[in-house]
Amino acid sequence: MDLVVLSVVILGGIGIVSAVVLFLTAKKFAVKENPKIAEIEEILPGANCGGCGRNGCHDFAVACACATSLDGLRCPVGGDETMSQVAKIVGLVKAHSTMPQVAVLHCNGTCANRPKKSDYDGPRSCHIEHTIYYGAHGCAYGCLGCGDCVSACKFDAMRINPTTGIIEIDGDKCVGCGACTEVCPRNLIELRNKGPRGMRVYVACANKDKGAVAMKECSVSCIGCSKCLKECPHEAITIKDNLAYIDYKKCKLCKKCVPVCPRNAIIAANFPVKKVEVEENN
Amino acid sequence: MLKTFNRGGIHVPENKITAGAPIVDVPAPREVVVTFSQHIGAMAVCCVKVGDQVKRGQLIAKANGVVSANVHTPISGKVKSIGKLKTAFGYPCDTVTIVASDEDVAFDAENIPTPRTDEEIEALTSEEIKDIVADAGVVGLGGATFPTKVKLTPPADAHAEVLILNGAECEPYLTNDHALMLACADEILEGVRYIMRATGVKKAVFGIENNKKDVIELFNSKLKGEKSIVVQALQTKYPQGGEKQLIKAITGKEVANGALPISVGALVQNVATAYAIYRAVRLCEPLISRIITVTGKSVEKPGNYRVYLGTSLKSVVDVAGGIPKDTGKIVVGGPMMGRAIVSLDTPTTKGVSGLLFLNEAEARREAEEPCIRCGACVRDCPMGLEPYLLMSLTENNEVEQAEEHGVRNCIECGCCAYTCPSHRPLLDFIRLGKAKVNDMIRKKR
Amino acid sequence: MDNMRLVVSGSPHIHSTDSVNRRMWGVVIALMPAVAYSVYLFGLGALVVLLTSVLGCVITEYLIQRYMLGGKTTITNGSAVITGLLFAMNLPSNLPIWIILIGCVVAIGLGKYAFGGLGQNIFNPAILGRVFLLISFPQQMTSWPLPLVNRGEYLDATTGATYLGQMKMEAMSRADSSTGASAVNEIATESLTWIDALIGNMGGSLGEMSAIALIIGGVFMLLRGIISWHIPVSIIGTVMLFAWGAGVDPVMSVLSGGVMLGAIFMATDYVTSPMTRRGMVMYGMMIGIITMIIRLWGAYPEGVSFAILIMNGFTPLINKFVRPRKFGERRVN
Repeated sequence: MDLVVLSVVILGGIGIVSAVVLFLTAKKFAVKENPKIAEIEEILPGANCGGCGRNGCHDFAVACACATSLDGLRCPVGGDETMSQVAKIVGLVKAHSTMPQVAVLHCNGTCANRPKKSDYDGPRSCHIEHTIYYGAHGCAYGCLGCGDCVSACKFDAMRINPTTGIIEIDGDKCVGCGACTEVCPRNLIELRNKGPRGMRVYVACANKDKGAVAMKECSVSCIGCSKCLKECPHEAITIKDNLAYIDYKKCKLCKKCVPVCPRNAIIAANFPVKKVEVEENN
Repeated sequence: MLKTFNRGGIHVPENKITAGAPIVDVPAPREVVVTFSQHIGAMAVCCVKVGDQVKRGQLIAKANGVVSANVHTPISGKVKSIGKLKTAFGYPCDTVTIVASDEDVAFDAENIPTPRTDEEIEALTSEEIKDIVADAGVVGLGGATFPTKVKLTPPADAHAEVLILNGAECEPYLTNDHALMLACADEILEGVRYIMRATGVKKAVFGIENNKKDVIELFNSKLKGEKSIVVQALQTKYPQGGEKQLIKAITGKEVANGALPISVGALVQNVATAYAIYRAVRLCEPLISRIITVTGKSVEKPGNYRVYLGTSLKSVVDVAGGIPKDTGKIVVGGPMMGRAIVSLDTPTTKGVSGLLFLNEAEARREAEEPCIRCGACVRDCPMGLEPYLLMSLTENNEVEQAEEHGVRNCIECGCCAYTCPSHRPLLDFIRLGKAKVNDMIRKKR
Repeated sequence: MDNMRLVVSGSPHIHSTDSVNRRMWGVVIALMPAVAYSVYLFGLGALVVLLTSVLGCVITEYLIQRYMLGGKTTITNGSAVITGLLFAMNLPSNLPIWIILIGCVVAIGLGKYAFGGLGQNIFNPAILGRVFLLISFPQQMTSWPLPLVNRGEYLDATTGATYLGQMKMEAMSRADSSTGASAVNEIATESLTWIDALIGNMGGSLGEMSAIALIIGGVFMLLRGIISWHIPVSIIGTVMLFAWGAGVDPVMSVLSGGVMLGAIFMATDYVTSPMTRRGMVMYGMMIGIITMIIRLWGAYPEGVSFAILIMNGFTPLINKFVRPRKFGERRVN
């Protein structure tokens, strides 16, 4: 019995002494921090995605708490709602609201549109495949489909569609943090304005080859024929290096360019009824 | 005494099917596609127009800057088109297509440039020899295709003591240098003397692996009584033909990371380059042909072929009996460092040393298994690196650490991936790590 | 050409015939002489222990991979078989089955899969299992059946002390009183000869019996390139030197106990030993030193297992600080 009592006393004693020491050290070495930082961090999504351009949410919170103006500080994940809360905490005016953005893939080279020309046998990494050659599909610009972006996405918004062989972006889950745009070795992913009810028009191709070459490589490649350029009433379309680009800031979503494209390379996403089908077919 | 390098290295089954096979000339084709980026450095600039009539050996693209090389047409004919075409690896490159008519073929057969006489050559200064080499578009033919003129012009404060002729040919399967050394020993020696005159180097050493005993004997008999040029037999070990490894094997000196061979007083040239220099100086012929080993276990007529640059790889293979039915992978170069290609519809370039056909079973890699930390990659790395570590650092995107551990020292010889019992893609990741480190350095600047 | 889809991958395009399977089964083959000899010496007991241990390890690995990790199973690569065999080699032949099974679960579950499976473990699983049992069941783990005398028995085999046990007693008695020490000393040294140790004519674990059988396995592994000489030689060399310096019979120090088994089979485990040759030599020397310190001054008669386990813990540190010299650079450490 004595033994039990003694053990309890000794172990308990060690525990109490340690607790006191810990408590005192914590007090003594506590880092004084602006309490607002913790408050802001509470509101932020906490995904540490880096979409704001800072090293994670804490860094962003520090920047907000120290800022004299919230211009240029924006959490793309939380959006306006979060930023107005942050503005309330720091007592500043919320920066001019920007449209929520979404990642868009400038390639539609599915297995059907762009048959495989070779078998890549190596680590499943777009970067590595890109260093070795132009990819299994024969297009030196298109999606390699190894999913570097999928592993970079912290919001589960991307996946490789096993039937098409290229990636798919879930517009509802995508928060526009831009992590995928950085890892893509071919710069195929762009952040664009999400558009009203997710409606957006974009060119799903990045092929800069001349028309004849691009045509051979993929059945839905942009050949730089300028038909869309002539059709667009808002001057939103430019053509550079045999490739059309639709400026989302100028695009009014009139969709006039979509039917004129001889290659079906322009995609109108999330338009009501009929067009939704079109996208599914793609 | 056989010499070799002392760090790492592996013994690979040689599979030199075509060893000792004579050089077979592939006739000049009626149409050639000449690419402007057959060398390391800036792409050459086109200097002909569509419709121009060109003569064999005429300059069609000029070197663009110091690290670049001239490109010449290997046949006479008419310029059919100029434009971007895909190379064997799919990335676009400027090219010229030249088509020969019957008269052109006849013209080529009759008009062979007159060789320089001994007196003319005797009168050449070292600068003039270097200029001839540069004008002829000679590049390193060992595979790296570095412009030779640059190599022959060391920085002013450096002093080359020894010229090393790289005849190691450590890559399995390849025998193009072997065939060339057997067939054109005198010409190579003459080229070596030109290099020695151009650079003022007093001593030249041939580094030849001991699996080519016939070549060693031949050169020894030709060099009897010669003091300034000697033959050094080397143990057969991969990657003996790597520049740094060869210097270590022959001189015992190690070239530091990032330094040039000249820092230890060495100048390394491939034997095929010496031969090209001979042709440029003596025969007044620019670099318009080279020797290619077409090989593989199922190739009908494997052999060493002399091919005009610009000939499509497919017609080279047709001479060798066509594409074997069981082909799973086609490699340009040797199996250790060569690159797999997608299609044979691409032209021959200065850097193509061989065409290797691997059958379906050989083509695929085995399944990757976890690293068992056996240390085989560390033991076999000729550069003293830790491939397993570099791979995991790259995988986890620890770019700075990867640089600290010397990822940029890697010569991409492939020993680590060859030897790994877990079949891990070590070199793929190290290459990626190098690219990432280079990116990081570029961003910092 | 058009209907042919070529394979494209990065260089190199050829690979050595070496593989994990080949190496693992090579180790199993190398263990066979010692296994066979232990069955000859201990008969039924050895068979029961070996079978239980191997099956226990393989089944534990299978269950963990199949049901806890839900992935594909890799029991055919032989690594669990090696763990099972090595584990059995470290046990006395009269150990009850339930204790062996506990050891198997600890070795594979705690020693290997708690860290993430093959290639990730810090400690040698077999030794971890053995040390776990040694601490938990000291009585059963240190009663060694005598060889050849009771081959038909399993649990009731008569037991005897080991050479090292006697050495320990001798050391103890010498410390207790100076009188009578010489008598014990004579008994200890005269009772066993080098020949007895070489052919295993003494008490001990299954695999500690015959140095000859172990050396045959070691030479086989060296010839096949499965292990390099650095670790075994440095361990054995250090033990001999240390023993010679401490006034103990150097040859007996090597031949008795687990030094041979540890040096050839346990310490050379890839996963838990250093990568570089210099690191391997350091690692081996430290194992030798710690072994002899435990033997001479520690509470346990045998210290190889503990020494290997301690140095396993230091392996990541050795890997960090003992690096190969990069080509073209002066040695920095």
